[in-house]
Amino acid sequence: MTNTQKWGIVAEFDSARAIYQAAEKTTAHGYTRVDAHTPFPVHGLDKALKQGPSPLGWLVLCGGITGICLAQLMMWWMNGVDYVMWVSGKTPYAWETTIPITFELMVLLAGITAVFGMFGLNKLPRLHHPIFSHKTFWRVTDDRFFLSIEATDPKFDSVQTVRFLESLGGKNVAVVED
Amino acid sequence: MTATAHHSAQSLQQLAPNVTAKVRDGDLAKAQLALLLIGAALIGAAWATGGKSFFFSYLVGYMGVLGICLGALFFTMIQHITRAGWSVVVRRTAENIAGALPVMALLFVPVLVGSHDLYHHWMDAQIDPAKPNYDSVLAGKSAWLDTNFFFVRAAIYFAIWIGLASYFRGQSIKQDESGDPAISLRLARVAAPGLLLFALSTTFAAFDWIMSLDPHWFSTIFGITYFSGGVMAFFAFTILLTRWLGSKGYLTGAMTTEHFHDLGKFLFAFMVFWTYTNFSQYMLIWYANLPEETVWYAHRQHGGWAIVGTLLIVGHFLFPFAFLMSRHVKRHPLGLAFGAIFLLVIHCIDMQYLILPNMEHGDHAAPAGEAAHGGFAHEFGAYLHTISWADFGCYVGLLALLGGFVLMNVRRTNLVPVRDPRLAESLKFQNI
Repeated sequence: MTNTQKWGIVAEFDSARAIYQAAEKTTAHGYTRVDAHTPFPVHGLDKALKQGPSPLGWLVLCGGITGICLAQLMMWWMNGVDYVMWVSGKTPYAWETTIPITFELMVLLAGITAVFGMFGLNKLPRLHHPIFSHKTFWRVTDDRFFLSIEATDPKFDSVQTVRFLESLGGKNVAVVED
Repeated sequence: MTATAHHSAQSLQQLAPNVTAKVRDGDLAKAQLALLLIGAALIGAAWATGGKSFFFSYLVGYMGVLGICLGALFFTMIQHITRAGWSVVVRRTAENIAGALPVMALLFVPVLVGSHDLYHHWMDAQIDPAKPNYDSVLAGKSAWLDTNFFFVRAAIYFAIWIGLASYFRGQSIKQDESGDPAISLRLARVAAPGLLLFALSTTFAAFDWIMSLDPHWFSTIFGITYFSGGVMAFFAFTILLTRWLGSKGYLTGAMTTEHFHDLGKFLFAFMVFWTYTNFSQYMLIWYANLPEETVWYAHRQHGGWAIVGTLLIVGHFLFPFAFLMSRHVKRHPLGLAFGAIFLLVIHCIDMQYLILPNMEHGDHAAPAGEAAHGGFAHEFGAYLHTISWADFGCYVGLLALLGGFVLMNVRRTNLVPVRDPRLAESLKFQNI
């Protein structure tokens, strides 16, 4: 328990509307390392938090293109170069035959990139998170909404930020340690 | 919120008082008249200059535009059977497009008049074994490919389509008055057998009106390839129509970027589905390599059609796939409108590819056998020689006529189902 560091400040809200408005005011006030934790998706909350677009789409695109290239390379090498076999008069490396495999490998690698890219961007798997030590945070999977501001935020101040979140109507506002 | 489904639904007036529910009296009348006149003039000009091949040009335009109406009927029923919430503000437009099917039945008359020119391969086939030019394949198919039965079937198809379109549109308009949620539940139930009838009638109509141009040939997936292109064209047409209505101050506030984004996704999806079905057909025929099946593609290796096949792979798949992939394009008014216009043009070329290579007479038929191995310029030249301006003239003319009649429907009813139980959900709809 020695040498603990502040991770951030967590505030509890009662409703989706309350956390949406709190998120808008927090980002409008200049905080940048803000996150929201809710029991269900709240439309527009990502915009209120001023979160940029996810780079996941670009990762998936790269995964898909890699699948296309790998499939073509594989079939070109196997059917066209390494083990050429003529079957019922079809050209050994004919584009018609390669389409289904190319499509499947594109979908496979794009899908795998989507899942594991999402894990990577979220820094998952992860067994513990400092926010779990907040005393009412367990209700995030039930009926409460939480807003967090991390200590790395340039505007973070362990006294002023607590006051600010309380002024927005946050309850159980507490500093969470790492 | 969703509890309104159990009570009489909230009306558009209550949910969004600033949205115009109905086109003002007399408004858009000029546009409607102009579209009808342009349509009639273009088809008249095509008829006057088209010569003997006019009926082929007309069939290209007609099947292209019919696909849009059938796509609208399909969309309406799919929204009901899935009890979709997001699409309520789009559904009335689809109902109004499908509501033009009675006019499409009238516009089918030139195809009937020209049927002996179009379908002479089987209508004039010799199925008497005693005669020297006896065609045993067509004799075997003569139970289906019978001239009188062909006309009867056309009547059955239109009866199904018009019946379904009028029922779904009529009930929806009735709900505008009563706000009765039971109507939505009933339409969801009717949509199930309705879609079954729709699928069978559409696939057999595609067999009758396009596939039988080459009556020895057959492909069981053919109806779906026609359907997929038609539904894609329906989404393109709907995007452009609703954008245009938006520019006149209608549907704005009801249809948002979110709805256009979803229409764009559907446009993309059915464009890809067209590719999927066409490739499925091509690959199986290519693999099996049976002369009775490959003959259809063999016809499409001559007279510049090989280059059109390549053009369709690029224009009906590769380019729009890359172009419409991004959500930013689908959410951008001009980006989506460009994609829609582009795919409507390509849809016409798709119809040419399906219909025109079977044309053997007329004053712009290509010399047979040449251009199979020519360069791009040579092949494209051969394609330009084979087609006629009348193909595009009939297509654009019929599109204009459809636009005019759809506008007539739009002006008569509310622009959205104003008391649909899921209207609130649709107005608030957001993509995540």
